[in-house]
Order: sequence, then C-alpha cells, then structure tokens
Amino acid sequence: MAEIRNYTLNFGPQHPAAHGVLRLVLELDGEVIQRADPHIGLLHRGTEKLAESKTFIQSLPYMDRLDYVSMMCNEHAYCLAIEKLLQIEVPLRAQYIRVMFAEITRILNHLLWIGAHAIDIGAMTMFLYAFREREDLMDCYEAVSGARMHAAYFRPGGVYRDLPDSMPQYTVSKIKNAKELARLNEGRKGSMLDFIDDFTKRFPTYVDEYETLLTDNRIWKQRTVDIGVVSPERAKNLGFSGPMLRGSGIEWDLRKKQPYDVYDRLDFDIPVGKKGDSYDRYLVRVEEMRQSNRIIQQCVAWLRDNPGPVITDNHKVAPPSREGMKSNMEDLIHHFKLFTEGMHVPEGEAYAAVEHPKGEFGIYLVSDGANKPYRLKIRAPGFAHLAALNEMATGHMIADVVAIIGTQDIVFGEIDR
Amino acid sequence: MASKKMEALGSVVERVLGDKLVSSTLALDELTIVCKAADLTDVATTLRDHAELSFEQLIDLCGMDYSAYRDEPWDGPRFAAVYHLLSLKHNVRIRLRVFAEDDSFPLLASVNPIWNAANWFEREAFDLYGIVFEGHPDLRRILTDYGFVGHPFRKDFPLSGHVEMRYDPTQQRVIYQPVTIEPREITPRIIREENYGG
Repeated sequence: MAEIRNYTLNFGPQHPAAHGVLRLVLELDGEVIQRADPHIGLLHRGTEKLAESKTFIQSLPYMDRLDYVSMMCNEHAYCLAIEKLLQIEVPLRAQYIRVMFAEITRILNHLLWIGAHAIDIGAMTMFLYAFREREDLMDCYEAVSGARMHAAYFRPGGVYRDLPDSMPQYTVSKIKNAKELARLNEGRKGSMLDFIDDFTKRFPTYVDEYETLLTDNRIWKQRTVDIGVVSPERAKNLGFSGPMLRGSGIEWDLRKKQPYDVYDRLDFDIPVGKKGDSYDRYLVRVEEMRQSNRIIQQCVAWLRDNPGPVITDNHKVAPPSREGMKSNMEDLIHHFKLFTEGMHVPEGEAYAAVEHPKGEFGIYLVSDGANKPYRLKIRAPGFAHLAALNEMATGHMIADVVAIIGTQDIVFGEIDR
Repeated sequence: MASKKMEALGSVVERVLGDKLVSSTLALDELTIVCKAADLTDVATTLRDHAELSFEQLIDLCGMDYSAYRDEPWDGPRFAAVYHLLSLKHNVRIRLRVFAEDDSFPLLASVNPIWNAANWFEREAFDLYGIVFEGHPDLRRILTDYGFVGHPFRKDFPLSGHVEMRYDPTQQRVIYQPVTIEPREITPRIIREENYGG
C-alpha cells in the first residue's frame, strides 16, 4: 500500500480568493486542513511609524488607506482619539454628519463583503448587484469630499465642510441615451440629503433582492452552515469583535454599549447570531445593513432641520474660514501656524474605539506635547480575526478555507498597516 | 471628567492587586495601571478571573519605545508593552503597562495562555520592537519581510530604513543595497512650552 503523508500547499499571495495579499501555508491530509499558517505583512507600509514623523493632520489621509473599503470609519476613530486628548467639543451637526457617513460606510463595506464572499463560493450575480448600490454611495462620498474612496473628510473637531446643495449629474455619452440618462438623474435633482433619502427608500428592496438570491439558497447554505463555528467563549478569548463576535451570540456593539458621537440619540437594533457559523455571520451582516439604513434615515431627518457649524471654532485645531483669513490678522496667523506647524496635542495617552464594519477599530495615541504623535497604534479588527484562521479552518476542507476567509471579511490594508 | 464607574474600578483594582500594583492613574476617563514584569502573569490572570474585574478580552497589545519621549533622555527602562483589556461583563476598559527591565534584551512573560488573542500581537511587538515574550509558542516575525534585520519601530531605526531593494539587470535578480535616499523632514517636530500662544 502506498504511504500517505501530509503535504503542504501554498495558497496566495496572488490568488483571487485571498482578498489581497494573503499567503497561506496549508498543511493537508488529503483534502482536510491540518494546519493553516497565514503569512501576512506583504502590504506592510509602516503607517504607525510614518505617523510619528507627520503632523496630526498630515497622518489623517493614511487612515483612509488602512481598511480601504471602510475609509471614513478609520478616520472616525483617529479623530475621536485626537479629540479625546484635546478635550474639545464637536458641533452637533458634525456629529450627525459623521454618524451618517459612518453608516454609509458600513453599507459600502458590507456590500463589498457580500459580493466578494458570494463570488468566492460560487455566486457571481451578487457581486454585480452589490456594486450597483455601491456606485450610488460612492457618489455621495465624491459629492461631499471630492474623492470616491480616500475621502479625508472627517477632521479633528468635526468634518471638513458642510453637505453640498446639489448632486453631480450624469451627462450624455455614447452608452447612455436620453431615457437612461433621465432615469439615472431622477434622484439627483435636489440636494445631497434628498439623494441619500431617496437611496434609503430604495435600499430595503435591494436587500430583499440579495436575500432572495442567498438566504434560502441551497448551495449557499451548503457552503456556509456549520463552517467555521466559533463558540462564544472562544470568540471572547480570541479577541473577536463586531459581526464575528455577534455571530457567536454575544450581544456587544460599541455603538450601544459605549456610544460615541450621537449614537445614543438614534434608534437601531443589534442583530445577534445563534450558532456562530458563517451563515449566522452572513445573517448578522445583512441585518446590519438594514439597521444602518434606519440610522441614515434618522440622520437625514435631523440634518434637514438643523443647520449649523460643522467644525469646531477653536482655530488651534481647525482652520478659520477663507474670508476670515483674508480680512483678519488673527485668523491669518492661525491659518499659517496650523498649516506649517500643525496642532499641538497635550501630553497624555488615549484609546478611542469605534464600531467599525469589521469589528472594534481602535486608535491608541500617545502624545508628548509635540505637533506629531509620539506613538500611534492601530488596533485593526481583522488582525485578531485572521490570527484565529488556524483554529477556524482546522478540520475543514480546502474549499472551506475560502469561505472562512470570506466570512472573516479580511482586508489587508488594515491587517498589515 | 472622571466618571464614578472608573473611580470605582480604580479602587477595586487597588484592593485586588494590592502591592503588585506599581501605579494607577485615571486620566481622560481611562484607567492606566503599571505592574512589574515579574508579576505580569499573576496580574493578568487576576484581571481576567476575578469576578469584580473579569477582563475577558485582550483588545490590543503593543510595544512602546520611550527612549525619545519629550526629546529628553529617558530615565528608566526603555521598552514597555501596553495591554488594552476589555470587560464585556462590566463594560469597562483598562490599560496595563509593563516595562521590560533590560534594555539590551527586553523580556516579558507571554500572556498567550491567558488570552489566545495575544499570539499575533506579541509576534508584532517582537517584530517591530524586539521585545521577547517568554513562553510564546511561535515567536516569528510577522509584518516585516522574510530575512529582515533590525526592529523598525524602535526610535533609533531611521524612517527610510537601512536597505532598499531593486532589480539588477546584470545579475538578473532582485538585490538589496544600502539606501540611496536622504531622509527629509518637511515639518520639524516641536514641543512648545505650556500655554504657548495663549
């Protein structure tokens, strides 16, 4: 009889299901995983070290590039950490705008996740559906900040500018006729809030469409039910957070438990799984999209009625208006000092965490009173999740590894930093 | 600023840890405690298992290098590990800082048996700061390249690094060579005196 031995398989770093640059060394017994050893760091850029040599505001755009599918949520944690050390108040309107965009970002992230997860385990259509809605939300990003992805819109003390009064329109091109153009521009006639409002009315039916495709789909269930089961005790011990923790049945959401900005004024529910398998985590994330939609609706309603400032008037932190800068000596000095030297953050240390679409995203900031951080540590949720890949994948088949990577919602920008 | 909840936590920690506690500070509504490297395992186990504390999650673990703090000579051990713990039961956070006594060979006990989440975080702190965690099952580099030399997040490691990589057409392979770029600093690092500029 032939001798049967374990053999080693190298998966990635160039593999479409590796979600970027994951290199996995798999030890196999036949088709069963004995050990999975993820090799990470292929996208390591040293964000934390770079931040030590940049002023606080110069490091802000680096945050977008961490988890590059939920950009504004990263900025949110960074701004909260600085604000905590500076102990400044953020105007209420800015807090609502931030929460609204944090939830838009959550939908953006979950849409990419559902598309990529489905395409990994064999459902092509989901990807196309998800990207249809992402397009609208990306347009919101673009309208408010000028960039479709790396927005740099949240600033310490508020947001960069107020919401625009109009949405950009589609124009005539070779592939869009007049009828198509009218359909696309229908929701873009009014202000940006009108557009978002229109989107939140349409979005629940879109989520229903996704659920029709997947929730009761036999193949989907075969690929996700009982795959990557994590018990609540293990989930806690392994440092899980976000949907990974809630999928295992622990009701824990920082938006409810340790509310930041205006989350304590908003009404939403936290979905919780039962078994802790990939299917439960799928259900949790789908429900989160519906809840995010609810939050956005509440924010839109509030923002319509309450105009006001969107960034703090403390000019040691936020720049003065252009008009003030050109007519007022003091504002001119503030502007010059802020953009040449940057803000000084008082000596101390702070940890600020947000409920990021992937879990708890935290910024640990140590300042020694300089205009640059002394140490910036980014606590990425995906880092803890990927560390548990070995435990989750052991005993499963090769094809299930792809399903587990999908359910962990891995993005390398934040893991490698 | 400090809430009642954090003050209560501070007194519980003081009572439970007793003389193992080196210092405890409450600032910005966050509690930071410091313990000796020798007591780390005991303190961590107590923090996790004591019913009034029950910090069942290790949220974050990171290395620190204090040698350039305030741009002045640093008095005391240079390297530290900072642990961020979270109690889901009581909904509180705590920060634990432990200094490694020997600067030339920073050594700390691994908390991997207490919180399994520590595995990769300790590998990261080892990789970036060279802090060795005794009892860690698999202390390899994690973020830097295979065969990387040095610990890049130490304050004496230059931002531009020591080597750069390029394709060499004569040897027809990728080679490492000393860096050819000059480090530049566009905005200087400044620490102002207190209440500067009003």
